[in-house]
Formats: sequence, C-alpha cells, structure tokens
Amino acid sequence: MIAYLIRRLLYAVPILVGVNLLTFALFFVVNTPDDMARIQLGIKRVTPDAIHNWKVAHGYDKPLFFNPGESGSNFFTDTIFFEKSVPMFRFEFGRSDDGRDIAQEIESRAGPSLEIALPVFLIGMMTNVSFALMMAFFRATLVDVWGVVMCVAAMSISGLFYIIGGQFLVAKLWHWVPISGFEAGASSLKFVILPVVIGVASGLGSGARWYRTIFLEEIGRDYVRTAKAKGISEIRVLFHHVLRNGLIPILTGAVVVIPSLFMGSLIMESFFGIPGLGSYTLDAINSQDFAIVRSMVFIGSVLYIIGLMLTDISYTLADPRIRLQ
Amino acid sequence: MAVILWTDGLVFLLSGLILAFAVYASRRPHLSLPWRRVGQSRSGMISAVILICFVSIGLLDSFHFRPQIAIDKGKPIYSVEVLSAFDFLVETMRNHTERTYSSPFSAYAFSRETVARDGVQSRIYPRLRYGGADLADPGRERIPDILKRSLVAALEGIGVWALLAVILVFRHSGGKSFPDAASSIFRGETEIPWNAMLGTLLAIFLIAFPAFALSSHYHVFGTDKVGQDVFYLALKSIRTGLVIGTLTTLVMLPFAIFLGIMAGYLGGWLDDVIQYLYTMLNSIPAVLLIAASVLMMQVYIDAHPALFETMAERADLRLLFLCMILGMTSWTGLCRLLRGEALKLREMEYILAAQAFGVSRLRIVTRHILPNVMHIVLISVVMEFSSLVLAEAVLSYVGVGVDPSMISFGTMINSARLEMAREPMVWWPLAAAFVFMFAMVLSANLFADAVRDAFDPRTRVASRRILPVKDEA
Repeated sequence: MIAYLIRRLLYAVPILVGVNLLTFALFFVVNTPDDMARIQLGIKRVTPDAIHNWKVAHGYDKPLFFNPGESGSNFFTDTIFFEKSVPMFRFEFGRSDDGRDIAQEIESRAGPSLEIALPVFLIGMMTNVSFALMMAFFRATLVDVWGVVMCVAAMSISGLFYIIGGQFLVAKLWHWVPISGFEAGASSLKFVILPVVIGVASGLGSGARWYRTIFLEEIGRDYVRTAKAKGISEIRVLFHHVLRNGLIPILTGAVVVIPSLFMGSLIMESFFGIPGLGSYTLDAINSQDFAIVRSMVFIGSVLYIIGLMLTDISYTLADPRIRLQ
Repeated sequence: MAVILWTDGLVFLLSGLILAFAVYASRRPHLSLPWRRVGQSRSGMISAVILICFVSIGLLDSFHFRPQIAIDKGKPIYSVEVLSAFDFLVETMRNHTERTYSSPFSAYAFSRETVARDGVQSRIYPRLRYGGADLADPGRERIPDILKRSLVAALEGIGVWALLAVILVFRHSGGKSFPDAASSIFRGETEIPWNAMLGTLLAIFLIAFPAFALSSHYHVFGTDKVGQDVFYLALKSIRTGLVIGTLTTLVMLPFAIFLGIMAGYLGGWLDDVIQYLYTMLNSIPAVLLIAASVLMMQVYIDAHPALFETMAERADLRLLFLCMILGMTSWTGLCRLLRGEALKLREMEYILAAQAFGVSRLRIVTRHILPNVMHIVLISVVMEFSSLVLAEAVLSYVGVGVDPSMISFGTMINSARLEMAREPMVWWPLAAAFVFMFAMVLSANLFADAVRDAFDPRTRVASRRILPVKDEA
C-alpha cells in the first residue's frame, strides 16, 4: 500500500503542474503584468517607472513561459511561471499582490472556515444517514413516499433561498442570532449556528435521497434475506448489515471532500460575513489579486488529490476485500 | 427585422434534433420502448406537461426581431432594442412600467411622495400609472374588479381546456363510443395517464389565464425598483434558465462522448492523457475555474465593443460563453462514466466478434459502442438540467453569471436580496423568482427521475450526479 501511495503522490506532480499552467494561462490571457501593476497601484496616472518598479518588486518583470534571451535550462526557469510556481510546491506562497503574507492570512482564516464547514459536514452526514435509514426502514409506506417527495422538493430549491429565507426568519424576524459577522473564541457560537443549520438543511434533500437508494439496494441483497431468515430483528439488520455495507458508496462521495472543507464555502461566508477562506477567495477574484487566486487554486487542487488518496485508503478500511497495489 | 442571436440558433438546432430523433425513434420499437415507459409514469407525465409550458414560453421568447421605428428615405430604421415574439404577446406587461416599487395588485405606489396640489404640498401614496388605473375608487372597487376579471378568464381557460379534452377523447376513442372513451380516460384506464395530465393542464390554465388577463390591468407580482413588472421579469427568466440548462449539455456532449469512448475503447497512452486531463480539471475548484474564465471573457467583450450591434447581442454572447464555460467544467463527470462503460463493453463477446470479423474500429465505435452508452448520456443530460439552472443563480450572485442586463433568476434574486432589508419589506420579486424557479426545477427533477427509471437497465439511481458547482450553498 505504501508503494501505491507513493506512486499516487508522484502522479500528483504533473497534475499540479498542469493546474498551475492552466491558472497562469487563464489569468494572463486577460491581464498583462502591466495591467496588474496598474490595478494594484490604484492611481489614475501611473508613471511607467512606477509600473516597472512594481513589476520588479513583485517579480513580474520577466517573460511569462519562455525566456528567449536565455539559453539552456534558463530558457524555462528564468520566467514568471517558473519562479512563481516552484515555491508553491514547497508550500511557500509569498505575499499577495497588495503586500500581505498569504500563508499568514490562510492560517488565520482557515479557523473560521472550518468552524462552519466541519459541523455542516459532520452534522449533515449524520442527519442525511438517519433520514435515509428511516425512509429505508419504513420503505414502501406513506412515510417513505412522503419522505422522498419532501427530498425532491427540498433539492429543487436554490441554496440561495435557504440562506435568504433562514437569515430573514431567524435573524431579522425573531432576532435569535445576529444577521452576520464573526468573533473569535467562545462567542463565535452565535454567529456560527445559523450558517451551520442552513448548510445542513440545504444539503438534506439530495443527500438523504441518495443514501436511501443505496440502503434500499443493499436491503435487496441475499445476505439481508439470509439474516432475516435467521431471525435477526429488522433494526439489527438495518444497523449492523445494511449500514455497514452501504458505507462504501457513501465513503466515495464523502471522503473526497473532507480535505476541501478547509476552503470553506464561497456563498455562505460572503452572505454571513465570515472572515474565512471562501470570502478571501471571492474578494481576491473581485480585486484580481493573482497571487491569492493562484495560491488558493493550488491549495484546492492539493486538497482534492489528498481527498482522492484518502478515499482509496478508506476503501481498504471499510472493505477488507479491497487491496491497493 | 428578424434577429437570430447565437443562443436562438442553437436552441432551434436543439429543437430540430429532438424532433428528428422523435420521428426516427417512433418507427423503431427498441428506441421508443423506454419512452413509452416514461409515458406510463404518472409523476413523469405531470411534470412533462409543466415543462412543456415552460419550454413553449422559452421558445416563443427565442424568436427575436428588431421593430421598425421609422422609414428614412425609403430605408427602414430599426430600433436598437431587440424584442422577441413573447415580448410582443405580453406587450402591455412590458410597457406598463411604474416609477418604482409597488406591491402585487396594488393601485397605489409603495412609498409616499410629496405632491403639490392647489399650491398645498402633501405626502400621499400616489396612484400608479397602470396598476388599477381605470378604477375610480380603488379602495372599494379593486377586489370585486380583480375577482370579476379572474372569473371571466378562468371560464375562458376552462373552455379552452374542455376543447382540448374533447379532441383528446375523440383521438383515443378507437372504435368505442364517446362516453366510453371519455370515462376510460378520466378513470385512468389508459396506458398513458391522460387523466393526470389533463388535471395538471386544467390547474395550469386556471392559474395562467387569470394571471395573464389581470396582467394588463394590474401588476400581478408587483413592480421592482425601476418600476418593471415582476411577472414579466419572471417569465423572461424562464428562457435564460432553459438555455443554460440545455445548451451547456449540448456544448459539452461532443467532448464527453468522444473523449470518454476514445479513452475507454482505445486505451493506451490516449487513455492516460484523457484521464490526466479530467483529473486536472476536476481538481481545480469549479467556482474558481468558472470565475477566471468568465472574467477573461468579460475582458474580451469589453475590448471589442464594435462586434456587437445591440446590447442584447452582447448579453447573448456572454450567455453562450457561460454555457461553454459551464460545459467545459462539467464534461469530466460524464466522460469518466463513459470511459468506464466503454472499458466494460470492449470485453463483451459481440465486440470481440465484430473485431474478429474485421469490422473497422470506427464502425465498432459508432455501431456497437455508441448506441449502448446512449442511455448513460441521456440520463446524465436530464439529471444535470436542474443543477445547471440552480448553478446559474449562484454564479450570478458571485458576479460571474449572466450579463447584468440579462433577465434571469440569478439577477432577480441578487437584486431582491437587498430589498429584503428594506422597511417595510419588498418581498414580491424574491417570491416570484422562488415560485417560478421552484416549479421549473421541481418538474425537471421529477421528469428526470421518470426518464432515469425508464432507461437505466439496473433501475438503480445513477450514483453520481455531475454538479458544475461543487455544493457551494
């Protein structure tokens, strides 16, 4: 398994290089380094000297991908792409284009992001599985039928309506929690609780319906019939046999997103004014801060690849028949 | 002067393809059988009726033209405003613009204004220009007037519905007497659940006829900040939603099918390259990729203003690009599914037999593999429609969606967000967007379920839904 994981890690390198290449290409098709300097310097009349100084200071004074002035390996290495990409593989993100330390920003913003994303993931998972088990237990009865109807209706509502509606009812009409904002420490609870509840509620419909079909498929298997024939109670079959075997397809969908929880949720954080990584990214897109966008894309890709590897590992834990090689 | 925008052309192309396929499939039992199974599904056919209503509005809204405003020395001059056949039908609604907010069915403006009358200034709620304008005393006459108008329109609706029902019964009498045929349809003894479909149609007519009749004298869903009729905006949003939901898949399908089958069937280094490509695209957070591409396109559009004669053309091109970008980020899921299926099919006996007979690779792919993966393609296309409509709203909120001048559910929700914070609250634009979007997405979801149940040989849920935006809400 170790060999397998090492191979996967090596395979990740070309993917990350490709991701970087794509980010660079997309960004610099629109912007030249001169445009970036003008946006960042922010003054109407910028002298060519000031632009040149900014470019030198931020390392944008070189050719993009190839340096025709150099020979040998310098042809590739003495370029913006090489000099900006290589430190990222060492997880050195440098400074954002407005001069702040990106690593430090990420460190301070990952906390608030996680405070929302992690409970949404865990509580959401538990409620989805419980609802799905309930529908599977009462299968082919009115409970099941109405449960599915509610699920389909719930997944037909845009996530934006959940946020707007929840914010309006709970925060504006009933004044239970503040509408938006964030504080560190224990007092963060009152800011976090509403986004978490909304996040869980908006994912319930599609999640519960999907898990239900997985459980129903397992219930139709022979081993379930055998277990019932042996006289094992329905509840025990459901929790002991069906839940465990249904875990594999559930793991496929769930484990891969765990690392990405760090990235936070773009929409949720900007609606509730949470200073997390999601709103950081959104601000960076709007202000065209390339250094931040580049770093966030890179981190996102790394986390996704880690997620894929975790999925493989979790398979072996959940199902001893599966071996990685 | 007729104007064919890019998306119009593609919408017509898509409708033509669907029609051609329908004619082709109806003569071949193996192709029409699963569709007959869809036809037997009660929820599927109810949602199909609703979807057809939405699609017909969307199609009407796709016939664009520029009205002639004057003739100058024998040469006609056309307005820069691009209108559609649908705009023409609901002209009163489009032209009845007030000064600013007004609540649904109101005859008065939403906020007080200072009005000078006989030299005395007073702050009153002024009458609206169009909403209930022909009433002398709205306080007393408004409710009876609304009831009278909606009752007349509802009767008209029932009349049209009854006509359609009679035609249907005649077509399906099949040798039986008219009362027998009618009772078998209404008791649900037919293969296709006509009674449920007729019931749905009646419900739609009972809502739509009064709503349209009232829309020329009132604002059914009120007016928005600049005084536009919200009902009109909601109806116009339908086309945007449909275009995003359908054209995106139309754009991405060739990539997904071609690359997926190539990777699975041919294998080797090609498989490695294609796998590398979609793993790379998958690993970039979708919103970031979309945002970067949309910003790039925006810069291009801003830099070439000369390419677009009208604002509608510019907005339309942005819509088309958005579809392409969404397609580029969402083809990976389908591609992976197709690769897996092609890998499996490659080892099947009939493919091996074809190879042994010396059938060319191209012919094996087109004759043997492609038809056997089409059910996967179809299921993922219909399943993806609703998630794309939902994604549009989210993207427009982030600011990387459709052009701000384009009417869509996303732009409606985006502007309604700030109105919720007003005192007293302006709730109707959000309510209208909610009602229309919910009806459209719900019926699309139900129809997709019916299609999936009919086509999936394992009659199990396709385990992966391809979401262009990874669960951002």
